[in-house]
Amino acid sequence: MIQPNLTYIQKLANGDKDFEQQLLAVIQKEFPTEKTLYFNLLKEKKYNELAELIHKIKHKFTILGLEKETILASNFEKDIKEQNFNLQEKFETILNTISDFLTTI
Amino acid sequence: MKKRCLIIDDDATARLIIKKLCNNTIEVAEEFSNAIDAIKFLNTSEEVDVIFLDIHMPTFSGFDFIQTLKNPPQIVLTTSDKNFALDAFEYDCVVDYLVKPITKERFEKALNKLEKTTKNTITQTAPASENSGNDLYVNIDRRLVKINIPDIYAIEAKGDYIKIKTETKNHIVHSTLKKIEEKLPKHLFLKVHRSYIINTQKIVDIEDNSVLIKQDIIPVSRANKSELMKRLNLL
Repeated sequence: MIQPNLTYIQKLANGDKDFEQQLLAVIQKEFPTEKTLYFNLLKEKKYNELAELIHKIKHKFTILGLEKETILASNFEKDIKEQNFNLQEKFETILNTISDFLTTI
Repeated sequence: MKKRCLIIDDDATARLIIKKLCNNTIEVAEEFSNAIDAIKFLNTSEEVDVIFLDIHMPTFSGFDFIQTLKNPPQIVLTTSDKNFALDAFEYDCVVDYLVKPITKERFEKALNKLEKTTKNTITQTAPASENSGNDLYVNIDRRLVKINIPDIYAIEAKGDYIKIKTETKNHIVHSTLKKIEEKLPKHLFLKVHRSYIINTQKIVDIEDNSVLIKQDIIPVSRANKSELMKRLNLL
């Protein structure tokens, strides 16, 4: 089960609530834009740009404590350049899970 | 005095995290979402001591950026990929390599490395003609370190630095090939390429455009090949 969490952010913040809020605000602002861009690039078949974007999105997976999902994203980042879509469905499930998570915090 | 740093990363969350980690230890002079803007800043502003640099950025990568720097400060690379680690340490200015997500403990380790690593400079000594000994003194971490000249097998230019390779150790020194060439005995050393001086007595074998010395394959430019061949005791 994909379960994003705030463990890394809270540890890093070390009680600094302002920082915690600031970082979450950036993620909440950037993630939906990146997700939209992902689907646009996929539609336009711009696979190299898509790989760059997956690389960037992957960092948010790590921040939200999604270790296994980060590995999957790394593999998808490589695959997409070769137009291999085997991991597409799983990757998009992670994106949707994060979207849902971000609305709850 | 606090070190000043730049943060270069196309990801805003990464910049924010590094800024937080710098906290009160390092002054963040500026942050950039791309390397081009950082180059413009460095061309017009005061020097910085450290750059936290993302490797993987669109258009202009972290490695591309390093190659544009004439006198690079200390660089700490940040990346989501472990795969670049070997490439990273090809650059003498790279002090550490942080894999995201960066933890506080790991970042503090990088800060310690930054403190320990200081720029090395070559000490101006008498010209080779006045230098009767076999020694060359170089300034490393504020100490004059003696290098036994015959132990040197090659010297490689790396931007504003040279790497002096000896039988036992390599030394990174702030100097140029031209300067060190003046200090070395001409019968032993030969410049075979714009980036390399070799000790001809240490050659293992020679191919068309390269020589093997120890385990290093060193390029030989066409212009220097004839001088190299003259030095050899050919059968």
